[in-house]
Amino acid sequence: MPAATALEATTADGALLVLAIILPVIGILLSFVLGGRYAERIAGILLPAGLGVACIVFLKAWHSEKSLSYIVGNWQPPLGITLCADGLSVAMMVAMAIVICLIGVFAHANFGSRAVSVETRAPMVFWVMLMAISGAMNMIFISGDLFTLYVALELLTFAAVPLVCLDGRAETLQAALRYLLFALLGSILYLIGTALLYGSYGTLDIVLMSQRVHLEPATLAAATLMTVGLFAKTALFPLHLWLPPAHAGAPAAASAVLSAVVVKGSFFLIVRLWFDVMPGLLSVAGAQLVGALGASAIICGNVVALRQRRLKLLIAYSTVAQIGYLFLIFPLAADPLHLQYGDALTGGMLQAISHATAKAAMFMAAGLVYASLGHDEISELGGIARALPMTMFAFGLGGVCLIGLPPTGGFLAKWLLLEATVATAQWWWAIVIIAGGLLTSAYVFIVLSRAMGAPSEPLTLHAAVPKYQEVAALGLALLSVLLGLVALGPIDVLQVGRPEAPMAWLR
Amino acid sequence: MNAATLFGLCGAALVGIGLYGLITNPEPLRKILAFNLLGGGVFLLFGVIARRAAVAGLGGDPVPQAMVITAIVVAFAATAMAIALVQRLGDETGRASISSDSSGTGDGEEKS
Repeated sequence: MPAATALEATTADGALLVLAIILPVIGILLSFVLGGRYAERIAGILLPAGLGVACIVFLKAWHSEKSLSYIVGNWQPPLGITLCADGLSVAMMVAMAIVICLIGVFAHANFGSRAVSVETRAPMVFWVMLMAISGAMNMIFISGDLFTLYVALELLTFAAVPLVCLDGRAETLQAALRYLLFALLGSILYLIGTALLYGSYGTLDIVLMSQRVHLEPATLAAATLMTVGLFAKTALFPLHLWLPPAHAGAPAAASAVLSAVVVKGSFFLIVRLWFDVMPGLLSVAGAQLVGALGASAIICGNVVALRQRRLKLLIAYSTVAQIGYLFLIFPLAADPLHLQYGDALTGGMLQAISHATAKAAMFMAAGLVYASLGHDEISELGGIARALPMTMFAFGLGGVCLIGLPPTGGFLAKWLLLEATVATAQWWWAIVIIAGGLLTSAYVFIVLSRAMGAPSEPLTLHAAVPKYQEVAALGLALLSVLLGLVALGPIDVLQVGRPEAPMAWLR
Repeated sequence: MNAATLFGLCGAALVGIGLYGLITNPEPLRKILAFNLLGGGVFLLFGVIARRAAVAGLGGDPVPQAMVITAIVVAFAATAMAIALVQRLGDETGRASISSDSSGTGDGEEKS
């Protein structure tokens, strides 16, 4: 085995990366030791602490314009494991930590355990799994080797599946089982790819592999298997069948985590794979195929969302559509004829982040509507905007972000993608982006117009909705709107640690 | 044909059978078994790689062996979780199936 090149060393604040992973793990262990009644209190301390760590890492990376890295146990790769936070990781870490914290605030009403004296199952599971998801996401963002990424991916799945069936109804159990089977298929395909890559190159470290990787049948087979597996986990069309029932059946706070956070983990891994592990190996035909899947997801997801009668299912299908936008970055950023690299990738990441904030806000709003009306039939929503003005405002703002109206983050993301279609002369993707925006606006306006219409009979509210839940939803929605302003500053953090032009182009 | 190739082909065959079973079998329990078969094939593949990449004097490369242990633990945990879900689903509904005709919230509307 060739000796490791002395490229990597622990940077000054590398230990923060370890903290980002072990804080949630400590929380989980403490919850089991102290008992479920304390799980919420522990999460209430550790999730904001995790956000603090993520913010510090973000600021360090932004100011020093270098990625942070940490060599675990000072064992150099290829044998050792590195943690590395580049621009993409720190941006995603902060965004996901913020979303998870606000979801935690929202969930206090449904899974609060301070008042009750006995331990109940659902709150304990929810808080433990929320911390597990936060830890697994951080691990995915900063892992520097493919096998650690596999373990992180599995942790994320095992944390996400119980959230689907928190209330234990038969149909949610069914949705959870189907989600688990899709996810298992995805992770085993990823594992085969890892084995093949290790067999070919004798390392799993991302940096070392990117230096050794070249186009050969084993690499192609491995990359294809891993990508298809991750497609199943990300619910890219046509492997999206598990997503709508799973996301729509879960309690609102859990739906928000699943839709906003969890699907971004496997998407991030695909980006890592094609932009860091194997830069430039994606052929034009392959990139166009991935883009075509993304485009079909946008069109099909949006059209099916239009036909839904229930609000939560509508939002879930809208997730299927919005995931499609993420995959447009592959044809747009990996076009080997032009070295356009930054814009589309930045746009894709921004789309992931703004979708996370907007979709979490929309699921929370839908959950509040469900709680106060006792149902979420879109045709029966009349008058709810008068009863819950702040909630419907949050829903509307989230929708505006998904449509991509300025100055929202969705606008900036889609603008960057559109710009990349022009720069790389691929007009067909521009049509899809614009058509997707139109379809999105159609279903957002259907919901909003129903909600603002007069009720068919006087509205009776089943339960009063706590103010702070509405504020959490509105906070996330406002964040998604304000994300458009990152163009003025922190957006260049995404370029930290990116190679100027990938070496593989030159071969 | 040396032993590594033979085991490699065995692993590939197991992966193929497992994948076929996972996709075509409608029964969740059979799907889980197929997943384990598929997993077995992958673990064998790791073993072959450990054997093949072994440097002179060592019986095998320890890195894939370490990975396969982790992967087995993960697959075991996944199987346990899936079985628990199937069992709970069976308790709730009397039958364990993931076809959507009983609840039909998602796909029923999509297909209509």
